[in-house]
Amino acid sequence: MDWQDYLAPLSQGAWVTIELTVYSTLLGALLSFVFGIGRDAHTRLLRWLSIGYIEIFRGTSLLVQLFWLYFALPVIGQAIGVNLQLAPVTAGVLALSLNIGAYGAEVVRGALKSVPRSQHEAAVALNFTPRQRLWRIDLPQAIPEMMPPFGNLAVQNLKDTALVSLISLGDLAFRAEQIRNFTQDSTTIYTMVLLMYFGMALVLTALMKLLEHRVGRWRTEN
Amino acid sequence: MLFGYAWDTSGFWPFVISIMPILLIGLWVTLKATVIGFAIALVLGLLLAALKAAPTRLIAWPARAITEFIRDTPLLIQLFFLFYVLPDFGLTLPAFMTGALALGLQYSAYTSEVYRAGLEAVPRGQREAARALSMAPGRTFTHIILPQAIPRIIPALGNYLVSIMKDVPVLSVVTVLEMLNVARIIGDRTFNYLVPLTIVGILYLLLTLIAAWGIRWLDTHLPSHGVALK
Repeated sequence: MDWQDYLAPLSQGAWVTIELTVYSTLLGALLSFVFGIGRDAHTRLLRWLSIGYIEIFRGTSLLVQLFWLYFALPVIGQAIGVNLQLAPVTAGVLALSLNIGAYGAEVVRGALKSVPRSQHEAAVALNFTPRQRLWRIDLPQAIPEMMPPFGNLAVQNLKDTALVSLISLGDLAFRAEQIRNFTQDSTTIYTMVLLMYFGMALVLTALMKLLEHRVGRWRTEN
Repeated sequence: MLFGYAWDTSGFWPFVISIMPILLIGLWVTLKATVIGFAIALVLGLLLAALKAAPTRLIAWPARAITEFIRDTPLLIQLFFLFYVLPDFGLTLPAFMTGALALGLQYSAYTSEVYRAGLEAVPRGQREAARALSMAPGRTFTHIILPQAIPRIIPALGNYLVSIMKDVPVLSVVTVLEMLNVARIIGDRTFNYLVPLTIVGILYLLLTLIAAWGIRWLDTHLPSHGVALK
């Protein structure tokens, strides 16, 4: 077998990697906003919940979280009589998005904090409700600030998807290991895989740059 | 039974207590891999940063491309690459050293950026003033630039030390018996994954909290105007 024969199975794996990246990045972005906003909420319960989430998922290793969801959660399920055995893809997407969401939450929080205090005061003076203040004053100014770190996190997430191969999900890393076991042609396979990940990262970086430009456009227009 | 310690599955607390020494041996391996990986990252990163700052584009450009390539590809694949491909070229390292090397390689891309950003953050006027005082370039670097860059570089490096520690479990794929791998083996043999994996999570949380506290301490206690090297 030579390198062209590896292309088909590796592309199949790459497609799974792309799907995983898209789903977990989107879910992670949602979690980032929920807990990043919740981190500085007025309700104490919400604030503590957010701090707990952020500290736990930033403070432990992604692989620990993945194994915990995949191997340990079913044990809790057994104890309380519920089937919590997650499918590898569910555990994978969940672990990836919970992990990246915790990092993203800190980004959202930092960006919200960077909005000048006078904007907040002006909104209060104009009798905006807290909800209007968040949606119409704080977030529109904070989101462009979030985009560069979000771009880094998206690439980080793409790289992290390789770890789900360890719970036997058929992504690019998993396919590579399968073919290597079969052909022992490590050099070719892993060189190809490294290049494929690099290519995907470049595309993802470009997409995030486009998005960054898109959400920051209002700043140059006005 | 692992590392000569048997587990006691008669109850929750006896189990926790009986597996603690095994997990702590795993923790020791994790910390060793962290420190060695970090040391490699510090040295390789310095090399990459120096190459990227080279005056000719012939050196600087490939160095930049290599940094980007290392940073944009997964640690897991780099580890497999080193583990399976190096022996084909006649270089066979123990699994632990291969793992530490992979960690060091991946993070050298990040540390090189830390060095670069730290040096560039020193105000340009400092360099100009040293030149106006006709200080030699080497002396300008060691006596003016470096002392002011250090307070910016050290806390950032500390953050990557913590990141390396959180990436050590990846080394389990090449049979390194670090903490998570040990916990998984206990789980495989006792069918109780919950307790060992939860303990590993708690230990990680403790370590990162301690590290975060240490970095904050450094950040506030390093003199912000610079560290005198003599």
